[in-house]
Amino acid sequence: MSAEQIAFEAPEIMIDRPTHYCPGCHHGIAHRLVGEVLTEMGLVDETLCVGSIGCSVFIYNYLNVDAVEAPHGRAPAVATGLKRARKDKFVFTYQGDGDLASIGMAEIVHAANRGERISVVFVNNTVYGMTGGQMAPTTLIGQKTTTCPGGRCADREGSPIRMSEIIGGLGGTAYCERASLDSVKNIRRAKKAIRKAFEVQQQGIGFGFVELLSGCPTNWRMDAVAANKRITDEMIPYFPLGVYKDVTAEGGCECSESKEDK
Amino acid sequence: MADNKRIFIKGNEAISRGALAAGLKCYFGYPITPQNDIPEFLSTELPAVGGEFVQAESEVASANMLLGAASGGVRAMTTSSSPGISLMQEAISYMAGSDLPGVIVNINRGGPGLGDIGSSQGDYFQSTRGGGHGDYRTIVLAPGTCQEGYDMMIEAFDLAFKYRNPVLVLGDAIVGQMKEPVTPWTPEKINNYGVEDWCLSGAVNREKRLLKSLFLEDGALAEQNIRLQQKYEALQSEARADVFACDDAELVVVAYGSIGRIVKSSIRRLRAEGHKVGLVRPLTLYPFPAKVLEDLAKAGKKFLTIEHNCGQMVEDVRLSIRKYGDSDFHGHMPGNLPGSDDFVEPILARLGR
Amino acid sequence: MARVEFRDERCKGCLLCTTVCPKEIICQSARFNKQGYKVAEVKEEDMEKCTGCTSCALICPDLAIKVYREKKEKK
Repeated sequence: MSAEQIAFEAPEIMIDRPTHYCPGCHHGIAHRLVGEVLTEMGLVDETLCVGSIGCSVFIYNYLNVDAVEAPHGRAPAVATGLKRARKDKFVFTYQGDGDLASIGMAEIVHAANRGERISVVFVNNTVYGMTGGQMAPTTLIGQKTTTCPGGRCADREGSPIRMSEIIGGLGGTAYCERASLDSVKNIRRAKKAIRKAFEVQQQGIGFGFVELLSGCPTNWRMDAVAANKRITDEMIPYFPLGVYKDVTAEGGCECSESKEDK
Repeated sequence: MADNKRIFIKGNEAISRGALAAGLKCYFGYPITPQNDIPEFLSTELPAVGGEFVQAESEVASANMLLGAASGGVRAMTTSSSPGISLMQEAISYMAGSDLPGVIVNINRGGPGLGDIGSSQGDYFQSTRGGGHGDYRTIVLAPGTCQEGYDMMIEAFDLAFKYRNPVLVLGDAIVGQMKEPVTPWTPEKINNYGVEDWCLSGAVNREKRLLKSLFLEDGALAEQNIRLQQKYEALQSEARADVFACDDAELVVVAYGSIGRIVKSSIRRLRAEGHKVGLVRPLTLYPFPAKVLEDLAKAGKKFLTIEHNCGQMVEDVRLSIRKYGDSDFHGHMPGNLPGSDDFVEPILARLGR
Repeated sequence: MARVEFRDERCKGCLLCTTVCPKEIICQSARFNKQGYKVAEVKEEDMEKCTGCTSCALICPDLAIKVYREKKEKK
């Protein structure tokens, strides 16, 4: 009988308590990936989390780091103020699609454009979860929600917004990738993406952004397995996975004062 | 200690210099008339002393950046004028609910809506009744001179950290845009009242900290509100007023800010003509100097409140003296620039002459 | 020899784990936990098929799964 070793367990940064998230909600996976990356990068002691408004408002109950609650959509602005105040700390925001792409559109675009040394984790599940399933800027054409019960119509409601493409096109963005949490392969890739988005802050290069395609079984009116499949079959075709900007790959930074004085 | 060198500067610049003297570390703001001198001045002067200057994408963003910097425990401020201050209300409410210190300067212009770019006192209600949603108050200071603009910034930061509360400095376009001699000075020491015990700084060798205003569990929000009310009760002792020529006055005029200053000139004129009239010029609008007014009312004096609006502070004056009397009101309409002659007639009329 | 440990009281019965196990040994059990969720499980007789790939734990949103692998002795 040989001894055994742990092959998988939660990192210490994860607070051991049941979450309030619905069965099959990908926030649980996303939280864990963030916790793992912070741990592996040795950032836990200096991490300051800026929470947002949505189902994930309670992220501060699940990650053992200092945190501040931001008003709806304003996390990138709060994070800007916090990072400017505490430049030696690691500041990240965690936001849903209603928070980031609707009410918070100005804040995310300008924080990215200024190249704020912060990292943003954007969880996109094409719906307003916490408030009961209303249409979001990322709701797909034909998708039924409580405020477009006949299905989103491009003519009336416009088309879903692709955030990674927008953020990737901005000057201050150092790293931008869209990943997905619907499969083990994609989850592994998503973790790498989170790491890159965190590294560009740690290295003082610029703004890091990672979009995580996720599910909302409750408000999609599906069971968790079907919701997960919807990500694969319907969301990924419209929101293609991939890297939308990586200044480190290009071999240099676009601005002249790129590195923070250490 | 004073630097002993008088400089001839605008009120907006005095406010900026006062903030720097107070140890300002971060400024977040957005252009709006008539306060643009402040971000323009600080855009070079603040980075020059190692601070952070951000022109934000909106006043909404500025106020939220202030919230962020405050949660990191540093001295930070934002400035705007009336419509922009309206945009900031949610963030200010969050700051009050989360016990966060910060300074917001309002260079009051005419309203409502887009209004005009001239001076008014139309934001008194907004400033003193919290301004945003929920039961909270910001401390409100009201400078009437450029020197007070400088001095009150130092006081504002001190009060903000002492009470862990947002502080509003309510100037107006007259104070902001006029130029006067100002004697700069630097406080001997900066007291942040134990900020390192509560701010976000990285949870090393201690429990994690959480700064929030959400209290969902049954009874939790009630406890929070009780605590906040106790805080506001405790800060009543910070109420201050400039009491001028009231001892033997028959009539006490109540006016603040630039109007208080103009009224003071009118009163000097009237005194020279033998009229017994005095002035109470509140320096803090919240906490309101109710006791000073109540004592004067008890002594039998008559009251006239003069404001550059349609009647706002007069309600607080009436509340303060309600046991003993009432106050008349004279409103100078927003949109009209007040002059030194404008208040003599109304004061004489109230005196019965 | 690898194995998994399911924490019944954390499982929400979402069954995402059942979709990723390469050996298809995870299934919905017949029992409910205190929260009323029908929890996932690996039947005792199937546990020996576990390879310790951690796919189930990676997709579990609730940190309900611990995975153990054989410790390789190095000579």
